[in-house]
Amino acid sequence: MADKKWMPRWFYQLASPRWCYEITGKLLPLFVIAAILLLVTGTVWALAFAPADYQQGNSFRIIYIHVPSSILAQSCYMLMAVAGAIGLIWKMKVADMVAKCCAPIGASIAVLSLATGAIWGKPTWGSWWVWDARLTSMLILFFLYLGIIALNSAIESERTAAQSTAVLALVGLVNIPIIKYSVDWWNTLHQPATFKLTERPAMPAEMWVPLLVMVIGFYCFFAVAMMLRLRNEIIQRERRSSWVRDLIAG
Amino acid sequence: MNDSVPNQSTEESMVHVYKVDGPFWGALKRDLLLSYRRKSDLVNPLIFFLMVATLFPLGVSPDPTFLADVAPGVVWVAALLATLLSMDSMFRSDFEDGTLEQILLSPQPLYLVVLAKVLAHWMLTGLPLTLLAPVLGVMLFLPGDGMWGLVLSLLLGTPTLSLVGAIGAALTVGLRKGGVLISLLVLPLYIPVLIFGSAAVQGAVTGLPLGGYLAILGAMLSLGLVMAPLAIGAALRISVSG
Amino acid sequence: MSFESFAEFIDMGGHGLYVWLSYAIALVVIVINIVNPLMYKRHIFTEQARRLRREKQS
Repeated sequence: MADKKWMPRWFYQLASPRWCYEITGKLLPLFVIAAILLLVTGTVWALAFAPADYQQGNSFRIIYIHVPSSILAQSCYMLMAVAGAIGLIWKMKVADMVAKCCAPIGASIAVLSLATGAIWGKPTWGSWWVWDARLTSMLILFFLYLGIIALNSAIESERTAAQSTAVLALVGLVNIPIIKYSVDWWNTLHQPATFKLTERPAMPAEMWVPLLVMVIGFYCFFAVAMMLRLRNEIIQRERRSSWVRDLIAG
Repeated sequence: MNDSVPNQSTEESMVHVYKVDGPFWGALKRDLLLSYRRKSDLVNPLIFFLMVATLFPLGVSPDPTFLADVAPGVVWVAALLATLLSMDSMFRSDFEDGTLEQILLSPQPLYLVVLAKVLAHWMLTGLPLTLLAPVLGVMLFLPGDGMWGLVLSLLLGTPTLSLVGAIGAALTVGLRKGGVLISLLVLPLYIPVLIFGSAAVQGAVTGLPLGGYLAILGAMLSLGLVMAPLAIGAALRISVSG
Repeated sequence: MSFESFAEFIDMGGHGLYVWLSYAIALVVIVINIVNPLMYKRHIFTEQARRLRREKQS
């Protein structure tokens, strides 16, 4: 251990599934409370108190779901790739499990982002689907998630599945900026001067403060969903160890 | 291949670094020879390419102006699908007869061997597709000005398709039903090449300068050349050991 | 409050369907992501408890 002093201690503790199970058990109630408080406050604020947009009217309130879910879907992919890389490099079991749990959550959040984007498109553009750069990028991100889920479920051995999906997630991570750039460019080529949904200059504070609350609330919700899945995964994989047996028997 | 011995001393390994032609050309020659002996695998993607392009006039409309409009996209999508179709067999036979394991165990730098295999794959699919593309262009009434754009963009774009597709092939080589899975993994990653490839053709048709598009396709190819063999190598090690 | 009455709040200036549909979908996604792991957890625990009992008997 002496030569590895440069890594903080919790990093090694994190590698122990049992420690991880215990610490998430302690953190879970905190995040549940935070998520409920933030999401309820944010929703009430967004729906009832935030001012209506002068151009889009009240359909603007969809932003409080659409933007947080888009941000979360991207961060979730990032987390999945980073956790996968840690699993590949340090052969850390918990990191593999985190990466595996990210994929279904991220895919569902991407669906939420796409659905709200489409619903928002109806009053704004007059059609349910518009090949807007952001929506198209999100659709491709959703495809990347689907590919990872498909690969993970096709490989039987847990270790191989984790490593393969980690490689794929990293390849995807390198590609995401390229995809984003090319889709943006393609979009300006094909439909110049579209009405941008989110890039508005100077959003007043009454509008973006609830948005911030919702974004943080969504992150807390993600933490809760993640921990719930992670704890299942730990129990499932460590089912033969004595501490899990005690846990189940007791 | 027999001129490469495991390097023991540093001096010998220095020499080895300069003798990179050993594993690279060896693997390239071997793959080309093997494909030459199985000629049907060579022709299948080309026939597929031709058929997909035929489906569009039949399915949508044989109107020349309409076809000229969609021709860049159709040719590019067809090339992309044809590459994808040939991807599954890339490492499959080597995996089944154990050659892949020997390659991974051998002291040759995996990077070079993988690069040679991808190059061989491109020479047998991407290059013929590029050469066949003008025929499709004519069939789809692509204006004559667009031909150069089509050939050049395919020439720069198809190697990237082979490189990225090889990552998918390497990840799924150990699985029995790899075929459909590869498409799921790889198609989203092909989108930037598709966008800039078909835009280059469109640009050539409308008489815009091609330099910018080709530069971006070239940049993607160089990025792929540097990074993809690393990912392919890692994926092969995982698939074979698993 | 940016609304005068409850009816106006529900109507959302004519965009009620879109706004409420979005929030409903968000709720569904969140609930699925919470309930699904919880149900799976119960499944794992009953399964493992059964396995432990079986091992004890044999």
